[in-house]
Amino acid sequence: MAAVLESLLREELSVAVAVRWIARSAQSSEDDPREAAALSSLRPLRKEFVPFLLNFLREQSSRVLPQGPPTPAKAPGSSTGLPGRSGGPPRGGRGARNQLFPPIEASSATAADAPSARRGGRRRGPGPARERGRGPGGLEEGVSGECLPWAGGRRPRSSGSPSSPSLARSDPPNLSNLEEFPPVGSVPPGSAGTKPSRRINPTPVSEERSLSKPKTCFTSPPISCVPSSQPSVLDTSPWGHGIPSGCRSLQEEREMLRKERSKQLQQSPTPACPTLEPGSPHPSRTGHLTAEPADPTRVSSRHRLELVALVYSSCIAENLVPNLFLELFFVLQLLTARRMVAAKDSDLEPTPGAVDSLESPLFQSVHDCVFFAVQVLEHQFHVLSHLDKGTLKLLAENERLLCFSPALQGRLRAAYEGSVAKVSLAMPPSAQAVSFQPETDNRANFSSDRAFHTFKKQRDVFYEVLREWEDRHEEPGWDFEKGLGSRIRAMMGQLSAACSHSHFVRLFQKQLLQGERRQFAVVLLSLRLLAKFLGFVAFLPYRGPEPPPTRELQDSILSLRSQVPPVLDVRALLQQGLRARRAVLTVPWLVEFLSLADHIVPMLDYYRSIFTLLLHLHRSLVLSKESEGEMCFLNKLLLLAVLGWLFQIPTVPEDLFFLEEGQLDVFEVDTVASEHGLDSMPVVDQQLLYTCCPYIGELRKLLASWVSGSSGRSGGLVRKITPTTTTGLGAQPPQTTQGLQAQLAQAFFHNQPPSLRRTVEFVAERIGSNCVKHIKATLVAELVRQAESLLQEQLVTQGQEGGDPAQLLEILCSQLCPHGAQALTQGREFCQKKSPGAVRALLPEETPAAVLSSAENIAVSLATEKACAWLSANITALIRREVKAAVSRTLRAQGPEPAARGERRGCSRACEHHAPLPSHLISEIKDVLSLAVGPRDPEEGVAPEYLEQLLGQLGQMLRCRQFLCPPAEQHLAKCSVELASLLVADQIPILGPPAQHQLERGQARRLLLMLLSLWKDDFQVPVPLQLLLRPRNVALLADTRPREWDLLLFLLRELVEKGLMRRMEIEACLGSLHETQWPGDFSEELATLFNLFLAEPHVPEHQLRACELVQPNRGTVLAQS
Amino acid sequence: MILTKAQYDEIAQCLVSVPPTRQSLRKLKQRFPSQSQATLLSIFSQEYQKHIKRTHAKHHTSEAIESYYQRYLNGVGENGAAPVLLELANEVDYAPSLMARIILERFLQEHEEAPPSKSVINSMLRDPSQIPDGVLANQVYQCIVNDCCYGPLVDCIKHAIGHEHEVLLRDLLLEKNLSFLDEDQLRARGYDKTPDFILQVPVAVEGHIIHWIESKASFGDECSHHAYLHDQFWSYWNRFTAFDPELDSNWRVSLDFLKCRSTPPMVSQDMELFVPIGDLKLFLDNLEISMSFKEDFPFFFFFHSEENCRFLELEGGSETISFSPLVSS
Repeated sequence: MAAVLESLLREELSVAVAVRWIARSAQSSEDDPREAAALSSLRPLRKEFVPFLLNFLREQSSRVLPQGPPTPAKAPGSSTGLPGRSGGPPRGGRGARNQLFPPIEASSATAADAPSARRGGRRRGPGPARERGRGPGGLEEGVSGECLPWAGGRRPRSSGSPSSPSLARSDPPNLSNLEEFPPVGSVPPGSAGTKPSRRINPTPVSEERSLSKPKTCFTSPPISCVPSSQPSVLDTSPWGHGIPSGCRSLQEEREMLRKERSKQLQQSPTPACPTLEPGSPHPSRTGHLTAEPADPTRVSSRHRLELVALVYSSCIAENLVPNLFLELFFVLQLLTARRMVAAKDSDLEPTPGAVDSLESPLFQSVHDCVFFAVQVLEHQFHVLSHLDKGTLKLLAENERLLCFSPALQGRLRAAYEGSVAKVSLAMPPSAQAVSFQPETDNRANFSSDRAFHTFKKQRDVFYEVLREWEDRHEEPGWDFEKGLGSRIRAMMGQLSAACSHSHFVRLFQKQLLQGERRQFAVVLLSLRLLAKFLGFVAFLPYRGPEPPPTRELQDSILSLRSQVPPVLDVRALLQQGLRARRAVLTVPWLVEFLSLADHIVPMLDYYRSIFTLLLHLHRSLVLSKESEGEMCFLNKLLLLAVLGWLFQIPTVPEDLFFLEEGQLDVFEVDTVASEHGLDSMPVVDQQLLYTCCPYIGELRKLLASWVSGSSGRSGGLVRKITPTTTTGLGAQPPQTTQGLQAQLAQAFFHNQPPSLRRTVEFVAERIGSNCVKHIKATLVAELVRQAESLLQEQLVTQGQEGGDPAQLLEILCSQLCPHGAQALTQGREFCQKKSPGAVRALLPEETPAAVLSSAENIAVSLATEKACAWLSANITALIRREVKAAVSRTLRAQGPEPAARGERRGCSRACEHHAPLPSHLISEIKDVLSLAVGPRDPEEGVAPEYLEQLLGQLGQMLRCRQFLCPPAEQHLAKCSVELASLLVADQIPILGPPAQHQLERGQARRLLLMLLSLWKDDFQVPVPLQLLLRPRNVALLADTRPREWDLLLFLLRELVEKGLMRRMEIEACLGSLHETQWPGDFSEELATLFNLFLAEPHVPEHQLRACELVQPNRGTVLAQS
Repeated sequence: MILTKAQYDEIAQCLVSVPPTRQSLRKLKQRFPSQSQATLLSIFSQEYQKHIKRTHAKHHTSEAIESYYQRYLNGVGENGAAPVLLELANEVDYAPSLMARIILERFLQEHEEAPPSKSVINSMLRDPSQIPDGVLANQVYQCIVNDCCYGPLVDCIKHAIGHEHEVLLRDLLLEKNLSFLDEDQLRARGYDKTPDFILQVPVAVEGHIIHWIESKASFGDECSHHAYLHDQFWSYWNRFTAFDPELDSNWRVSLDFLKCRSTPPMVSQDMELFVPIGDLKLFLDNLEISMSFKEDFPFFFFFHSEENCRFLELEGGSETISFSPLVSS
């Protein structure tokens, strides 16, 4: 295999050809015949290339990752890989951090020859299952399962090499592996007969996953220390009854080994995996916390790294590796490698002339590792971009990534900013409706009021329809078309503008996807649970010491088991699912089911064929293929993740994955049958992906531990027990201060009751949120006020128009937005001021002062972090939005009614709002108007006193204003003018004896004066006085006999005198009256009135009034003359 | 003043085929002296609107419009000062204001080049002196001031009543120190359809928790209950029951609880949510007194949830809505 790699490195082979060769796909015509010939000689080795490559990479990185989180080992078993050991590659085993797969031979250089022979032997064997059984069985007789049950599962062997298991077994155990050798007192992760997981753990669908160990991640078990007195065995495993008797001795053995290891740790300069003693201070590991800076210019043999990265990436892309995420984890480990372990000199010396071959180490420095990792990540960008937002953020902020590939960093940042894939641990609640989205569904995003209104209507109709459907679709006899058809068509018929389409589509999509997707998730998770339970029950009877100790026994078991029909015909279901293109639903539960299988199951032909089918599926899920009708990306990712996990389960033989050629083609599935299966629908989101495969979250933890500066021994939550008082030790390099602070906070919480943490986090969350609100109500509101006054100034200087609103907004924002910077300072002050009190109030009185003050400080910093993060990201946009709203408000108020701009007077403080209601007055005046206009009964009329009272009430109401709204006031103003016209024309029928049906002159003038005073002093809306001289109103006078003009003249003079109308205005109105066709005599009289009004000298007010009062009948005289 | 179902039916019965004029209302007042004018007018208006909704279409066929227009032209040809249009409307049993609109529209079609826009027509109805024909202007004005159920003046009165009662309610809430968010505040936060008031701290009325108050200044008959439920409640529902998945997963209002109470309590058996302003006042004055139905007009309606220990909280920063638990006392 090394030969293949070497020829690649020497560029005798192109990567594309090699990958095609490995993938066993048909030879392309473009392939160089020479290359093909070179490869054909290596044909028998083909399937061993990928394991070789993966092992090679692990081996090469061994010096970089000794103290990092152990790479999840694919191949378990005891290991030869002692920490610190260099030179010959470790034999692998699960504990070896540097070895995913066990090597084929002791030396990689000679690996090329050995496997072929073994492989040949295997081929002659009766079948893979039996073949597999023979090796371990034959060689392990006498060793028996009891001695090393934790080493069961994955035997170190490449593609079923029969001899390797024995080698592995006889190797010394890996002392530094926490999972195999947990600290005394802790619950062994795989106790009670189940073997510890050797691969990515089948774990966390959290509690429900009974088989899994407490370990929930890629890496080593959490350091949860349970007192040994606890009945841990029964508690942690459902297989309590199946504990092999060797278990106890195992415990003893482990303890022994642990002691041994701690001895070694003291001797070794680079402890690989120090024990964590509960309660005891952590040994100082400052040296390992500091990361060696990585420098792109110091990368050695770039070209070689690029080539290997390309080959590796291509293998990943073609799904030639068992688990995509495992590889990503490995790559991220390389990315976050802290420093190179000093190796023996001979290792470091590059062999002259062999720089580009496998002779010299691939990774000679941290720079090389990072370079390689970044290269691979570039190829895997598409997958990365579908990870959750948190991981993306950490990736985008990784300084090494930025340094080595700014382009990739840019793309990751863009992906992060565009991502909505927040993953929370809590399951999403069941939704009813998509919330109204003020961000997008507001008026500003619609072309017109009408479009907005239509959208709102549609929204309502949509939910009405949805609700009705939910309520009734199960009723017998309910017909969709009859029930909803017309309404849906009507709703869709309202979609005219393109922009409405987009809004509606968003609503629809959200409802269907926050609906369909959720339903899918619920169904899928239930199915998984059921399948797991079924698997548990189905395979429970076959649990036992495994694998069978002898081949004879195994054979007899196999022949017996093959008689038993499968409890559920999962193969048929799988085939059906694949045909119907709903693998995304079928496979995850099937994986759960199979994960509980016992060791014999994969050897049974029936199940073997299922695995082959799954393998075929796995290989076909090439993520880069995206075409019409293809499975959705996240659906594929979910399948890859669950299948990858399944392939890592100890009971699944490894050689299954590296199947021999030909076998794959056996199970061609006809997927053409159904074109629109679930697979092509976006039913999987990150939430579901992470719920089904929580181990993907390890990627984030790994990156986070890099940021926090912890060495991330466990890769999980770092719970170092370090006294908080050590905060002040200035020994840490500055860049890790923040990380250390975070660590200290974690440690602090670890020591305290959980309620303290909840309290602090709660306070921080609330204070942070309140802080934002406070800034909005103070700083932003103040800026808006400034914007308003600036705008007023602008309007004054530039006149009514004030210029283009958009331009105005820009000017204002450029002046005001810089003030937003104050928000951070004010926000900090706010959090500083408010958080401690809240923490103090919520914690028990008896909380020790030191704890209290730490809790307060943490709350302050968390709240500040939250508030400042929001503010720094949003303050400018917020100010802009508020100012924009203020501008449009001001301009609107500016618009049609200049008079309305004046300060509106309200009623005095003493007012008790006893004035009649505006609605009542409009109604009363309307009645008077309708009486006057008629038709009316002979006995109908109004009393003059009533009219005076009505006007008096109108005055009261206009002065109180408590209940008045502008439209009512406008109508009242108009009605009052109409009333004046009727008074002037003496058209109001007065109650009383028939002779007195007319209003007395004096009464009429009194009423007109009341109206004049209301118009002048009390109305705050413009009064349409010009109505008085409109033809329709003037014509009222034409009907009266004899015609009397004195009241009109009186009214016009008063209007001028009170400044309600200008002389010119009245003259213009009178002038335009001539355009109307009037009866001949009426035109003459109108002309006389006009002349009389014009002839009136401009006399001071008091004189004119006196004159009017003295000569009340002047108009009458005029009319009669 | 309690209005029984029987009384309501009697009033409604009297309103069949009665023109919506001042005279009709006067007769109604004489017939039912114990009822306030506002109540009678509101019932009248609603009954008449139902009638118009049923018959609206037949007045808008082109044949009908043409025949009305011809009759109008003949009428004013004989005597322009006679109430031609008003009498025509009464004769064909249609609202005078709506008849005025039909004729005005037809008139403008004939005299203007382009068909008149809706806004032009509305503006002329609001101010008939803009109508180019003096006779038609007078006829239209006469229709509008004589119509007590339709037209710009009636619309204005209804609007004013709505506004006044919102103010009354606000004063009441302020007086009782009940903290609330009003429509403007809610709108400022981006909500297009809002109830009049959201109580920031819920109150209980007859064991029901009240979150929102919506003032409806019109008589609460069954029909309008239904309409308001349809037009408003579900709209609020769509907007305000949306949840923030990060904050709370369990908030769910029980639909069974959506009961309405009407006043007068003619439909109180099955509708429990509508209570009159007087009752609210009484309730607020003395929380212990069980409610009685005093005023007949207008009414309020409340929404509440089964899980009565939660209330609306609008998140300032992110503009999301969450529901936070309120410690029940």
